Amino acid sequence: MAKRKGGAGRHWFQAAWFALTNGYMAGFLKGKIYTGSSKSLCVPGLNCYSCPGAVGACPIGALQAVLGSGTFRFSCYVFGTLMLFGVLLGRFVCGWLCPFGLVQELLHKIPLGTKKKNLPGHRWLSWCKYVVLALFVILLPLVTTQGVALGDPWFCKYICPSGTLGGGIPLVLLHEGMRWSIGLLFYWKMFLLLLLVFLSIRYYRPFCKYLCPLGAVYGWFNPISVYHMEVDTEKCTRCKGCQTACKMDIPVWERPNSIDCVRCGDCQRVCPTGAIQSGFLLKKKRDIPHRDIS
Amino acid sequence: MEAKKRLAQGMCLLLAVILIGAGTFREELRVVFMKASNVCMECIGLG
Repeated sequence: MAKRKGGAGRHWFQAAWFALTNGYMAGFLKGKIYTGSSKSLCVPGLNCYSCPGAVGACPIGALQAVLGSGTFRFSCYVFGTLMLFGVLLGRFVCGWLCPFGLVQELLHKIPLGTKKKNLPGHRWLSWCKYVVLALFVILLPLVTTQGVALGDPWFCKYICPSGTLGGGIPLVLLHEGMRWSIGLLFYWKMFLLLLLVFLSIRYYRPFCKYLCPLGAVYGWFNPISVYHMEVDTEKCTRCKGCQTACKMDIPVWERPNSIDCVRCGDCQRVCPTGAIQSGFLLKKKRDIPHRDIS
Repeated sequence: MEAKKRLAQGMCLLLAVILIGAGTFREELRVVFMKASNVCMECIGLG
């Protein structure tokens, strides 16, 4: 029987990773953010660096910061880091290491209304994350730096719900002065956050499926990432139980390394024959030489 | 197929390390640190 992964253990792993990368407790008490040298290093998931507990930098925020700095037209460091995480882990990051992914999953567990996998128009909406990546993360921060000092981090400023949840709300609650700065932008970001909260209760990971630029990048690496999934074609009965169980709606039996797979392991748990495996080094049946016993 | 995948993995890993090295050499980390160690008012919706 193949080793079954995920489940409640995955949520504990996600929580532990969240605690590790947001472990600056004094920040939550004093309303200050961490300023240690680890802030120059990117964490793999979408984790706002303005969260009082954050000890690392969000790669999407870092990318916009470098592109919008006016000094660099390309960020070797951030693209290299994204490539490194991507080729090693792929979207394992989304399923196991992203704090906002954990938030959406916990919201989806709230027993309210009927649960659905996808929003209406799922196929078209799935392309939005690539538009967000190209336009809000790369092009607009790059273009708007011309002539002026610093470009705006467009994705962080107008879209990112992680910044509102992890940075905006705690800092506004802890600083009276910041409360006076609340304006239209804050209300817009709160509206987006609340919309995603309500959508997450009914639909599985709507932000990851339709808006997350980080998931879009890591998804491209899923087919070649070192952490991968495999289906034993001899054991697989094509019952499609994996596809039914998959909340990302992937035909796992057919495409185990789909760009949408967040490696949650639900398919492995439901597979009646244990045909699905995931890991870094998987022992392949065809790689084992046949021993001649005659 | 498997050999192609391994080659792609190796090439990507090598490129990633080169890019990180180049970024460090170009002092991009300083820009990231400057941004990440100050409260980003835009990120929290107050900018």
